[in-house]
Amino acid sequence: MENSRLLRILVPTIVGIAFLVLWEVAVRVKGVPEFVLPAPSRIGESLIANFGSLMFSLWITLRVTLSAFVLAVIGGVGLAVLFSQSRLIEGALFPYAVVLQVTPVVSIAPLILIWVGYDHVEVALLIIAWIVAFFPILSNTTLGLRSADHNLRDLFRLYGASRWQILSELLLPSAMPYMLAGMKISGGLALIGAVVAEFVAGSGTSTGLAWRIIEAGNRLDIPKMFAALLLLSALGIVIFFALTWAEHRLLRRWHESALKREN
Amino acid sequence: MTEMSGTPLIDLQDISKTYDSGTVALQSVSTSIAQGSFVSLLGPSGCGKSTLLRIIAGLVQPSAGTVSWPSTDGARPSDIGFVFQDATLMPWASVFDNVYLPFKLRGQSAKDVGPQIMDALSRVGLADFTKSFPRELSGGMKMRVSIARALVTRPPVLLMDEPFAALDEFTREKLDDDLLALWQSENWTVIFVTHSVYESVYLSERVLVMGARPGRILHDMMIDEPHPRGRAFRATAAYGQRCAEISDALRHDAGGA
Repeated sequence: MENSRLLRILVPTIVGIAFLVLWEVAVRVKGVPEFVLPAPSRIGESLIANFGSLMFSLWITLRVTLSAFVLAVIGGVGLAVLFSQSRLIEGALFPYAVVLQVTPVVSIAPLILIWVGYDHVEVALLIIAWIVAFFPILSNTTLGLRSADHNLRDLFRLYGASRWQILSELLLPSAMPYMLAGMKISGGLALIGAVVAEFVAGSGTSTGLAWRIIEAGNRLDIPKMFAALLLLSALGIVIFFALTWAEHRLLRRWHESALKREN
Repeated sequence: MTEMSGTPLIDLQDISKTYDSGTVALQSVSTSIAQGSFVSLLGPSGCGKSTLLRIIAGLVQPSAGTVSWPSTDGARPSDIGFVFQDATLMPWASVFDNVYLPFKLRGQSAKDVGPQIMDALSRVGLADFTKSFPRELSGGMKMRVSIARALVTRPPVLLMDEPFAALDEFTREKLDDDLLALWQSENWTVIFVTHSVYESVYLSERVLVMGARPGRILHDMMIDEPHPRGRAFRATAAYGQRCAEISDALRHDAGGA
């Protein structure tokens, strides 16, 4: 227990610090110009100097990411539930969900931007991030709803369960582990979607982190680019850990994946 | 020999089942099950014994023939206890919530039926495990939860589909004894599917020996030994003789296959 915690937290921390020190020393000793590779200390300074504007940008990106994620969960789970109720609807719609998934989102972004209009760039960002994020939830939940125990299904029928009871008491709980696995993938994808969308579509009036990176790059303000990048990574990590934590909380009592083994 | 003393609970008339693939699972099965009796359906894999049980439960529709319940004007009672080969518990629900399921699906609150749930759990010896999750229990304990769930609504009939087949012998014999004790105290009708000759002789009053291709009833044998039987019964000559008879009947019909 103690050992595994040490291994999980302390060792990566030491590796990280060592890497930063090495980076700092290498940049100073070799005299690498700042516009090629700034030292970590310079990135930190830039982060502090631009703290207000970067935090605002972080908030913009976070807002798009979270909205897209929430809508992806609603859309993905909703559509999967619809599929579980009717094979006909599933047969009719699933292929188009796949088409939406396999078409590179960057290639349809300009189209979306034209359709929603340049006055509503945020809506375009949301749609693009949603397209990227929703498919894993749809496909995982669809699979999960189908993997309910057949004998339990028979038992529910035997006890005269309604369609709604079968869905809420049997199918959705059975699908929960699959759904959460899908959400973990989608959380990261929503962020990627938000960043890609901003690269392609710009930010409109408000400016997200991705746009800050482009902006700083154009001005050769590399420390600021790194600072924005740092915040993006941090955001991704926070999303990942939040969803991992939620998964653990929801499954720890009963699901194989969340159990610690003694041997 | 197949005369029955009690009121028939279930009447099966010419039940046949042919699957879409063309497999004939059952052909012209007719029999009746007496109220309060313990009947085993015994036979090799593929003889349609599980299919017959599911037809009785109403989970599978027969291709031909009728299942009627004379004591309830022909209609299947709304309350049937069913136990599967696997415990078939909801892994996300506690032991209490698993046993609560039949009531929950009828819209009864856990508070109202709490005493009945506790009673069912203490009957199977799990009163101290209400908050446990299925994952934390042994195979035998899970099976006990499954039995508690089947008996909690006090159904008139309990259908069991090879319920103890996946358990080790020691646990199986223990559960056999517990099942017999419950059967005697609850005045149930039990239909018990098994492929074990010994288990069928030990438990039942009557064994329906089934054969495969097509699935049908070959022999209808009474095990007219008194209950309660207890462990000592396994050592009696009568028990050995019954087992031998039924084994012979099964082997004969397998046709040396």
